[in-house]
Amino acid sequence: MLNGNTDKIWELLNTVPDPEIPVISVVELGVIRNIEFINDSYLISITPTYSGCPAVKTFQDDIKTCLTNNGVDNFELKLIYSPAWTTDWMTEKTKEKLLKYGISPPSKTVICPQCKSTSTTTISDFGSTACKSFHSCNDCLEPFEHFKCI
Amino acid sequence: MSLLDYTLRIADSSLISAQRLSEWCSKGPTLEEDIAISNISLDLFGQANGFLEYVSELDGNKTVDDFAFKRNEREFFNFKITEQPNGHFGDTIVKLFLTSAFNFLFYTKLSGSKNEKLSALAAKSLKEVKYHLKHSRSWMVRLGDGTEESNKKIQESLNSLWQFTGEFFEMDKVDTEISKSGLGVNNLSIKEDWNKIINTTLSESKLIRPKDGYMQTGSKRGIHTEHLGHLLSEMQYLPRAYPDAKW
Ligand SMILES: [Zn+2]
Repeated sequence: MLNGNTDKIWELLNTVPDPEIPVISVVELGVIRNIEFINDSYLISITPTYSGCPAVKTFQDDIKTCLTNNGVDNFELKLIYSPAWTTDWMTEKTKEKLLKYGISPPSKTVICPQCKSTSTTTISDFGSTACKSFHSCNDCLEPFEHFKCI
Repeated sequence: MSLLDYTLRIADSSLISAQRLSEWCSKGPTLEEDIAISNISLDLFGQANGFLEYVSELDGNKTVDDFAFKRNEREFFNFKITEQPNGHFGDTIVKLFLTSAFNFLFYTKLSGSKNEKLSALAAKSLKEVKYHLKHSRSWMVRLGDGTEESNKKIQESLNSLWQFTGEFFEMDKVDTEISKSGLGVNNLSIKEDWNKIINTTLSESKLIRPKDGYMQTGSKRGIHTEHLGHLLSEMQYLPRAYPDAKW
Protein backbone atom coordinates (compact mmCIF):
# COMPACT_ATOMS: atom_id res chain seq x y z
CA MET A 1 0.00 0.00 0.00
CA LEU A 2 1.04 3.61 -0.73
CA ASN A 3 4.36 2.33 -1.90
CA GLY A 4 7.02 4.83 -1.13
CA ASN A 5 4.74 7.76 -0.35
CA THR A 6 6.23 8.96 2.93
CA ASP A 7 4.25 12.24 2.79
CA LYS A 8 1.06 10.24 3.12
CA ILE A 9 2.46 8.48 6.21
CA TRP A 10 3.35 11.84 7.77
CA GLU A 11 -0.20 12.95 7.05
CA LEU A 12 -1.68 9.83 8.69
CA LEU A 13 0.53 10.14 11.76
CA ASN A 14 -0.48 13.76 12.09
CA THR A 15 -3.94 12.44 12.98
CA VAL A 16 -2.61 10.38 15.92
CA PRO A 17 -3.11 12.44 19.09
CA ASP A 18 -0.62 12.62 21.93
CA PRO A 19 -2.14 10.23 24.53
CA GLU A 20 -1.74 12.78 27.32
CA ILE A 21 -2.38 16.05 25.45
CA PRO A 22 -4.95 15.10 22.80
CA VAL A 23 -5.06 18.56 21.17
CA ILE A 24 -1.67 17.99 19.57
CA SER A 25 -0.55 15.10 17.38
CA VAL A 26 2.52 12.92 17.82
CA VAL A 27 3.99 14.72 14.79
CA GLU A 28 3.43 18.15 16.38
CA LEU A 29 4.95 16.86 19.62
CA GLY A 30 8.10 16.14 17.61
CA VAL A 31 8.54 12.49 18.55
CA ILE A 32 8.39 11.24 14.95
CA ARG A 33 11.92 11.93 13.76
CA ASN A 34 12.10 10.30 10.37
CA ILE A 35 10.15 8.20 7.89
CA GLU A 36 12.02 6.27 5.23
CA PHE A 37 10.93 3.76 2.63
CA ILE A 38 13.43 0.92 2.59
CA ASN A 39 12.98 -2.53 0.98
CA ASP A 40 9.25 -2.03 0.46
CA SER A 41 8.72 -1.06 4.07
CA TYR A 42 8.36 2.19 6.00
CA LEU A 43 10.91 2.65 8.73
CA ILE A 44 9.51 5.12 11.25
CA SER A 45 12.00 6.51 13.77
CA ILE A 46 10.51 7.62 17.06
CA THR A 47 12.20 9.28 20.01
CA PRO A 48 10.80 9.42 23.55
CA THR A 49 10.15 12.81 25.13
CA TYR A 50 11.50 11.71 28.53
CA SER A 51 13.42 8.44 29.08
CA GLY A 52 10.72 7.08 31.34
CA CYS A 53 7.71 8.57 29.55
CA PRO A 54 4.89 6.06 30.06
CA ALA A 55 3.11 7.42 26.97
CA VAL A 56 5.77 6.02 24.61
CA LYS A 57 4.26 2.55 24.58
CA THR A 58 0.77 4.01 24.11
CA PHE A 59 1.67 6.19 21.16
CA GLN A 60 3.57 3.33 19.53
CA ASP A 61 0.40 1.25 19.78
CA ASP A 62 -1.73 4.16 18.52
CA ILE A 63 0.57 4.63 15.51
CA LYS A 64 0.33 0.92 14.68
CA THR A 65 -3.46 1.01 14.93
CA CYS A 66 -3.71 4.14 12.77
CA LEU A 67 -1.52 2.74 10.00
CA THR A 68 -3.14 -0.69 10.04
CA ASN A 69 -6.64 0.87 9.91
CA ASN A 70 -5.53 2.81 6.86
CA GLY A 71 -4.34 -0.31 5.10
CA VAL A 72 -0.64 0.19 5.73
CA ASP A 73 0.98 -2.91 7.16
CA ASN A 74 4.48 -2.72 5.71
CA PHE A 75 6.10 -0.64 8.44
CA GLU A 76 8.50 -0.93 11.32
CA LEU A 77 8.87 1.36 14.34
CA LYS A 78 12.35 2.09 15.59
CA LEU A 79 13.11 3.82 18.91
CA ILE A 80 16.06 6.22 18.68
CA TYR A 81 17.73 8.30 21.41
CA SER A 82 19.82 10.73 19.42
CA PRO A 83 19.41 13.63 18.94
CA ALA A 84 17.62 13.86 22.28
CA TRP A 85 14.08 15.22 22.09
CA THR A 86 13.78 18.93 22.72
CA THR A 87 10.84 21.27 23.14
CA ASP A 88 12.54 23.47 20.50
CA TRP A 89 10.99 21.16 17.90
CA MET A 90 7.51 22.43 18.71
CA THR A 91 6.23 25.01 16.26
CA GLU A 92 4.58 28.28 17.31
CA LYS A 93 1.28 26.87 16.08
CA THR A 94 1.66 23.87 18.38
CA LYS A 95 2.51 26.13 21.30
CA GLU A 96 -0.65 28.15 20.64
CA LYS A 97 -2.70 24.95 20.75
CA LEU A 98 -1.17 24.08 24.13
CA LEU A 99 -1.96 27.51 25.55
CA LYS A 100 -5.53 27.31 24.33
CA TYR A 101 -5.84 23.85 25.90
CA GLY A 102 -4.72 25.28 29.26
CA ILE A 103 -1.03 24.36 29.33
CA SER A 104 1.58 27.11 29.39
CA PRO A 105 3.79 26.23 26.39
CA PRO A 106 7.58 25.74 26.61
CA SER A 107 9.22 29.17 26.80
CA LYS A 108 11.46 31.11 29.17
CA THR A 109 8.49 33.11 30.42
CA VAL A 110 5.72 31.13 32.02
CA ILE A 111 2.30 32.45 30.95
CA CYS A 112 -0.96 31.84 32.80
CA PRO A 113 -3.23 30.10 30.24
CA GLN A 114 -6.32 31.61 31.91
CA CYS A 115 -5.57 35.35 32.03
CA LYS A 116 -2.22 35.44 30.12
CA SER A 117 -0.47 37.05 33.08
CA THR A 118 3.29 36.51 33.28
CA SER A 119 3.31 37.06 37.04
CA THR A 120 3.31 33.45 38.26
CA THR A 121 4.76 31.33 41.06
CA THR A 122 6.39 27.92 40.64
CA ILE A 123 4.81 25.38 42.95
CA SER A 124 6.86 22.39 41.82
CA ASP A 125 9.30 21.51 39.03
CA PHE A 126 7.26 18.39 38.43
CA GLY A 127 3.61 18.41 37.41
CA SER A 128 1.26 15.55 36.57
CA THR A 129 3.92 14.23 34.19
CA ALA A 130 7.71 14.61 34.11
CA CYS A 131 7.47 16.94 31.08
CA LYS A 132 5.45 19.55 32.95
CA SER A 133 5.99 21.79 35.98
CA PHE A 134 3.30 23.12 38.29
CA HIS A 135 2.55 26.82 38.81
CA SER A 136 -0.05 29.24 40.08
CA CYS A 137 -1.02 32.64 38.72
CA ASN A 138 -0.44 35.67 40.95
CA ASP A 139 -3.22 37.61 39.20
CA CYS A 140 -6.14 35.24 38.67
CA LEU A 141 -4.83 32.74 41.28
CA GLU A 142 -5.59 29.73 39.05
CA PRO A 143 -3.18 26.78 39.25
CA PHE A 144 -1.84 25.50 35.92
CA GLU A 145 0.86 23.40 34.28
CA HIS A 146 3.78 24.51 32.15
CA PHE A 147 5.52 22.41 29.50
CA LYS A 148 9.15 22.50 30.66
CA CYS A 149 11.92 23.45 28.24
CA ILE A 150 14.33 20.60 27.69
CA MET B 1 34.03 -6.98 28.34
CA SER B 2 34.95 -3.70 29.99
CA LEU B 3 32.39 -1.71 28.02
CA LEU B 4 29.60 -4.01 29.16
CA ASP B 5 30.72 -3.79 32.81
CA TYR B 6 31.03 -0.03 32.55
CA THR B 7 27.55 0.42 31.07
CA LEU B 8 26.03 -2.04 33.52
CA ARG B 9 27.29 0.02 36.47
CA ILE B 10 25.57 3.13 35.12
CA ALA B 11 22.37 1.19 34.48
CA ASP B 12 22.44 -0.35 37.97
CA SER B 13 22.84 2.96 39.77
CA SER B 14 19.88 4.37 37.82
CA LEU B 15 17.76 1.29 38.36
CA ILE B 16 18.35 1.00 42.10
CA SER B 17 17.86 4.77 42.63
CA ALA B 18 14.60 4.52 40.69
CA GLN B 19 13.32 1.54 42.63
CA ARG B 20 14.21 3.15 45.95
CA LEU B 21 12.57 6.48 45.08
CA SER B 22 9.44 4.73 43.83
CA GLU B 23 8.78 3.70 47.45
CA TRP B 24 7.71 7.31 48.05
CA CYS B 25 4.84 6.96 45.58
CA SER B 26 1.61 7.62 47.55
CA LYS B 27 3.65 8.35 50.71
CA GLY B 28 5.07 11.79 49.89
CA PRO B 29 4.85 14.54 52.50
CA THR B 30 2.68 16.62 50.14
CA LEU B 31 0.88 15.75 46.93
CA GLU B 32 3.27 17.91 44.86
CA GLU B 33 6.29 16.22 46.35
CA ASP B 34 4.79 12.78 45.94
CA ILE B 35 4.37 13.51 42.23
CA ALA B 36 7.82 15.09 41.92
CA ILE B 37 9.66 12.14 43.46
CA SER B 38 7.60 9.63 41.50
CA ASN B 39 8.45 11.48 38.28
CA ILE B 40 12.13 11.54 39.13
CA SER B 41 11.91 7.82 39.81
CA LEU B 42 10.27 7.34 36.41
CA ASP B 43 13.04 9.29 34.65
CA LEU B 44 15.61 7.06 36.34
CA PHE B 45 13.75 3.87 35.36
CA GLY B 46 13.74 5.14 31.78
CA GLN B 47 17.45 5.89 31.90
CA ALA B 48 18.17 2.47 33.39
CA ASN B 49 16.14 0.87 30.61
CA GLY B 50 18.12 2.73 27.93
CA PHE B 51 21.49 1.68 29.37
CA LEU B 52 20.28 -1.89 29.96
CA GLU B 53 19.14 -2.13 26.33
CA TYR B 54 22.71 -1.37 25.34
CA VAL B 55 24.08 -3.86 27.90
CA SER B 56 21.77 -6.51 26.49
CA GLU B 57 22.94 -5.68 22.97
CA LEU B 58 26.59 -5.97 24.02
CA ASP B 59 25.86 -9.22 25.82
CA GLY B 60 24.03 -10.65 22.83
CA ASN B 61 22.21 -13.21 24.90
CA LYS B 62 20.43 -11.90 27.99
CA THR B 63 17.46 -9.53 27.76
CA VAL B 64 16.89 -6.27 29.66
CA ASP B 65 14.54 -8.13 32.00
CA ASP B 66 17.12 -10.85 32.60
CA PHE B 67 19.55 -8.19 33.74
CA ALA B 68 17.02 -6.39 35.94
CA PHE B 69 15.27 -9.36 37.48
CA LYS B 70 17.55 -12.37 37.33
CA ARG B 71 20.69 -11.19 39.05
CA ASN B 72 21.51 -11.43 42.76
CA GLU B 73 23.05 -8.76 45.02
CA ARG B 74 26.64 -9.69 44.27
CA GLU B 75 25.96 -9.24 40.54
CA PHE B 76 24.75 -5.64 40.95
CA PHE B 77 27.22 -2.76 40.66
CA ASN B 78 25.23 0.31 41.71
CA PHE B 79 26.75 2.88 44.07
CA LYS B 80 25.94 1.94 47.66
CA ILE B 81 24.31 5.32 48.27
CA THR B 82 21.52 4.43 45.82
CA GLU B 83 20.43 1.37 47.81
CA GLN B 84 20.29 3.14 51.18
CA PRO B 85 16.81 3.24 52.72
CA ASN B 86 14.77 6.39 52.09
CA GLY B 87 14.63 7.30 55.78
CA HIS B 88 12.75 10.54 56.37
CA PHE B 89 12.18 13.12 53.64
CA GLY B 90 15.42 14.97 54.49
CA ASP B 91 17.46 11.76 54.13
CA THR B 92 15.95 11.20 50.69
CA ILE B 93 16.65 14.78 49.63
CA VAL B 94 20.30 14.57 50.70
CA LYS B 95 20.73 11.28 48.83
CA LEU B 96 19.06 12.71 45.75
CA PHE B 97 21.10 15.89 45.89
CA LEU B 98 24.48 14.20 46.33
CA THR B 99 23.82 11.70 43.53
CA SER B 100 22.16 14.20 41.17
CA ALA B 101 25.15 16.54 41.47
CA PHE B 102 27.38 13.63 40.51
CA ASN B 103 25.05 12.45 37.72
CA PHE B 104 24.81 15.94 36.27
CA LEU B 105 28.60 16.26 35.93
CA PHE B 106 29.06 12.63 34.90
CA TYR B 107 26.50 12.81 32.08
CA THR B 108 27.85 16.17 30.95
CA LYS B 109 31.22 14.46 30.35
CA LEU B 110 29.79 11.19 29.08
CA SER B 111 27.77 13.00 26.42
CA GLY B 112 31.15 13.65 24.79
CA SER B 113 31.95 9.92 24.68
CA LYS B 114 33.38 8.50 21.44
CA ASN B 115 30.84 5.73 21.81
CA GLU B 116 27.67 6.89 20.02
CA LYS B 117 25.28 4.88 22.17
CA LEU B 118 26.74 6.10 25.45
CA SER B 119 26.90 9.69 24.29
CA ALA B 120 23.26 9.63 23.13
CA LEU B 121 22.01 8.05 26.35
CA ALA B 122 24.07 10.50 28.40
CA ALA B 123 22.78 13.55 26.50
CA LYS B 124 19.22 12.33 27.03
CA SER B 125 19.75 11.60 30.74
CA LEU B 126 21.47 14.93 31.28
CA LYS B 127 18.36 16.90 30.33
CA GLU B 128 16.39 15.06 33.00
CA VAL B 129 19.07 15.02 35.67
CA LYS B 130 19.32 18.83 35.49
CA TYR B 131 15.81 18.98 36.92
CA HIS B 132 16.60 16.37 39.59
CA LEU B 133 19.51 18.50 40.72
CA LYS B 134 17.51 21.72 40.64
CA HIS B 135 14.71 20.16 42.63
CA SER B 136 16.82 18.47 45.30
CA ARG B 137 19.07 21.52 45.59
CA SER B 138 16.12 23.80 46.29
CA TRP B 139 14.96 21.43 49.04
CA MET B 140 18.45 21.38 50.56
CA VAL B 141 18.20 25.15 50.91
CA ARG B 142 14.63 25.11 52.19
CA LEU B 143 15.35 22.48 54.82
CA GLY B 144 18.86 23.60 55.73
CA ASP B 145 17.92 27.26 55.95
CA GLY B 146 14.48 26.45 57.37
CA THR B 147 13.68 25.92 61.02
CA GLU B 148 16.09 24.90 63.74
CA GLU B 149 14.65 21.40 63.64
CA SER B 150 14.75 20.99 59.84
CA ASN B 151 18.36 22.22 59.84
CA LYS B 152 19.32 19.78 62.59
CA LYS B 153 17.63 16.87 60.84
CA ILE B 154 19.10 17.45 57.41
CA GLN B 155 22.57 18.05 58.87
CA GLU B 156 22.30 14.62 60.51
CA SER B 157 21.21 13.10 57.18
CA LEU B 158 24.21 14.68 55.50
CA ASN B 159 26.59 13.48 58.21
CA SER B 160 25.42 9.89 57.96
CA LEU B 161 25.30 9.72 54.15
CA TRP B 162 28.64 11.42 53.55
CA GLN B 163 30.57 8.12 53.88
CA PHE B 164 28.91 6.96 50.64
CA THR B 165 30.23 9.80 48.48
CA GLY B 166 33.75 8.40 48.16
CA GLU B 167 32.52 5.78 45.68
CA PHE B 168 31.63 8.43 43.10
CA PHE B 169 35.29 9.13 42.48
CA GLU B 170 36.78 5.64 42.62
CA MET B 171 38.53 4.48 39.49
CA ASP B 172 39.24 0.78 39.00
CA LYS B 173 40.65 -1.11 36.00
CA VAL B 174 37.41 -0.94 34.03
CA ASP B 175 36.95 2.83 34.55
CA THR B 176 40.56 3.55 33.71
CA GLU B 177 40.49 1.48 30.54
CA ILE B 178 37.19 2.95 29.32
CA SER B 179 38.08 6.54 30.13
CA LYS B 180 41.55 6.24 28.56
CA SER B 181 40.02 5.05 25.31
CA GLY B 182 37.71 8.08 25.25
CA LEU B 183 34.54 6.04 25.73
CA GLY B 184 33.92 6.95 29.36
CA VAL B 185 34.60 9.46 32.08
CA ASN B 186 37.57 9.94 34.36
CA ASN B 187 35.58 10.47 37.54
CA LEU B 188 38.48 12.23 39.22
CA SER B 189 38.17 14.97 36.61
CA ILE B 190 34.70 15.93 37.85
CA LYS B 191 35.52 15.92 41.56
CA GLU B 192 36.43 19.60 41.69
CA ASP B 193 33.16 20.65 40.07
CA TRP B 194 31.22 18.31 42.32
CA ASN B 195 32.87 19.90 45.35
CA LYS B 196 31.90 23.31 44.02
CA ILE B 197 28.22 22.41 43.66
CA ILE B 198 28.19 20.79 47.10
CA ASN B 199 30.04 23.61 48.86
CA THR B 200 27.97 26.40 47.31
CA THR B 201 24.73 24.63 48.13
CA LEU B 202 25.76 23.76 51.67
CA SER B 203 26.78 27.29 52.49
CA GLU B 204 23.51 28.61 51.05
CA SER B 205 21.70 25.97 53.12
CA LYS B 206 23.55 26.89 56.32
CA LEU B 207 24.85 23.34 56.54
CA ILE B 208 28.32 22.18 57.48
CA ARG B 209 30.24 19.98 55.07
CA PRO B 210 31.20 16.79 56.94
CA LYS B 211 34.89 15.87 57.15
CA ASP B 212 36.00 13.04 54.90
CA GLY B 213 36.43 10.11 57.27
CA TYR B 214 35.84 6.44 56.70
CA MET B 215 34.47 6.01 53.18
CA GLN B 216 32.35 3.09 52.02
CA THR B 217 33.63 1.11 49.06
CA GLY B 218 33.02 -2.19 47.26
CA SER B 219 30.08 -1.75 44.90
CA LYS B 220 32.29 -2.02 41.81
CA ARG B 221 33.03 -5.56 43.01
CA GLY B 222 29.42 -6.31 43.82
CA ILE B 223 29.82 -5.80 47.56
CA HIS B 224 26.80 -4.07 49.07
CA THR B 225 25.12 -3.06 52.28
CA GLU B 226 22.39 -5.31 53.66
CA HIS B 227 19.71 -3.06 52.16
CA LEU B 228 20.18 -4.11 48.54
CA GLY B 229 18.99 -7.68 49.08
CA HIS B 230 15.74 -6.49 50.60
CA LEU B 231 15.18 -4.03 47.77
CA LEU B 232 15.79 -6.74 45.17
CA SER B 233 13.48 -9.20 46.89
CA GLU B 234 10.65 -6.76 46.36
CA MET B 235 11.65 -5.57 42.90
CA GLN B 236 12.26 -9.07 41.56
CA TYR B 237 9.46 -10.90 43.32
CA LEU B 238 6.97 -11.12 40.47
CA PRO B 239 9.27 -12.24 37.64
CA ARG B 240 10.88 -14.76 39.97
CA ALA B 241 7.63 -16.16 41.35
CA TYR B 242 5.96 -16.23 37.91
CA PRO B 243 8.76 -16.67 35.39
CA ASP B 244 8.01 -15.20 31.94
CA ALA B 245 4.76 -13.65 33.16
CA LYS B 246 3.37 -11.19 30.61
CA TRP B 247 1.32 -8.04 31.17
ZN1 LIG C 1 -3.95 34.02 35.56
